Amino acid sequence: MRMLAFTFLMLATPVFAQGSGPTPAFANRQLPDPAKEAAATKLMHSLRCIQCQGQSIADSDAHMAGTMRAEVRQQIAAGQKPEAIRGWMIARYGEWVSFEPDMKGAGLLLWLSPLLVLIAGIWLARGLFRRGA
Amino acid sequence: MNRPWLLWIPLAVVAFIGGLAIYGLAVPKDEQVHSAMIGQKLPAFSLPAATAGVDGLASADMFDGKPRLLNIFASWCIPCRAEAPYLDALKKAGVEIDAIAIRDRPEDVAAFLSEFGNPFRRIGSDREMSVQLKLGSSGVPETYVISGDGTILYQHIGDIRAEHVPMLIEKLNAAK
Repeated sequence: MRMLAFTFLMLATPVFAQGSGPTPAFANRQLPDPAKEAAATKLMHSLRCIQCQGQSIADSDAHMAGTMRAEVRQQIAAGQKPEAIRGWMIARYGEWVSFEPDMKGAGLLLWLSPLLVLIAGIWLARGLFRRGA
Repeated sequence: MNRPWLLWIPLAVVAFIGGLAIYGLAVPKDEQVHSAMIGQKLPAFSLPAATAGVDGLASADMFDGKPRLLNIFASWCIPCRAEAPYLDALKKAGVEIDAIAIRDRPEDVAAFLSEFGNPFRRIGSDREMSVQLKLGSSGVPETYVISGDGTILYQHIGDIRAEHVPMLIEKLNAAK
């Protein structure tokens, strides 16, 4: 009986698998040129997987992440600049797909906020130091 | 202290952060990833037939001047089963529907079509999800409204339900 239940469990698993299809060639294989692979890896760590959302495509095992890694590696191999590939992804999924917000609009505020908070802190502390002196 | 109003600054900061937290809780979270391709031309692609008896799909097949739907589905996708009757209703209303099957096998697509009927004119097989990536699509099912010249007009994320059928027909009529 236990053996039968085990067999059914094994059989049931593929029902929940997300389809079947070949993994794109460059999803899990490095580029032959180490410099290009380094550039691709750096970019992959800063692109968000659209299937699992919280992980970068370099970290994710989702099928879509594999497709995105293959796309990044193919475009890098073809001589495309990493920032152009980031732009290619943003043109399809919006700013959301990039872990490095653009330096404009709300993104600019995000980049400048540490500096603004520091200036505000200095300004607030200024009075204390003056009194101490 | 000659500037007593300074004392209120920390309270104002805390109130602002608290306000943000309450706003974040009150506004429902949109977890859908919307395609940024709306208003753009369909990317060029050419996909082989997903199953015997139904032609494959190339982007050029959708530039014939007639607005249509492009359905992204898979035989292994449960919501795709749920939307099958509504795709059928759209077909009966005279809507042309092309489809892309994601990570699918010919025999599975054939079984899906024989169980739920075939509302599709053509079905391309995208086993590596590379065309899905080009479309800015993030899952199954999704349905795009495509104008007669191949411009992406609208993206419906998730299964089509009864209430979406008139809305999609309206968008197709507006595209004429």
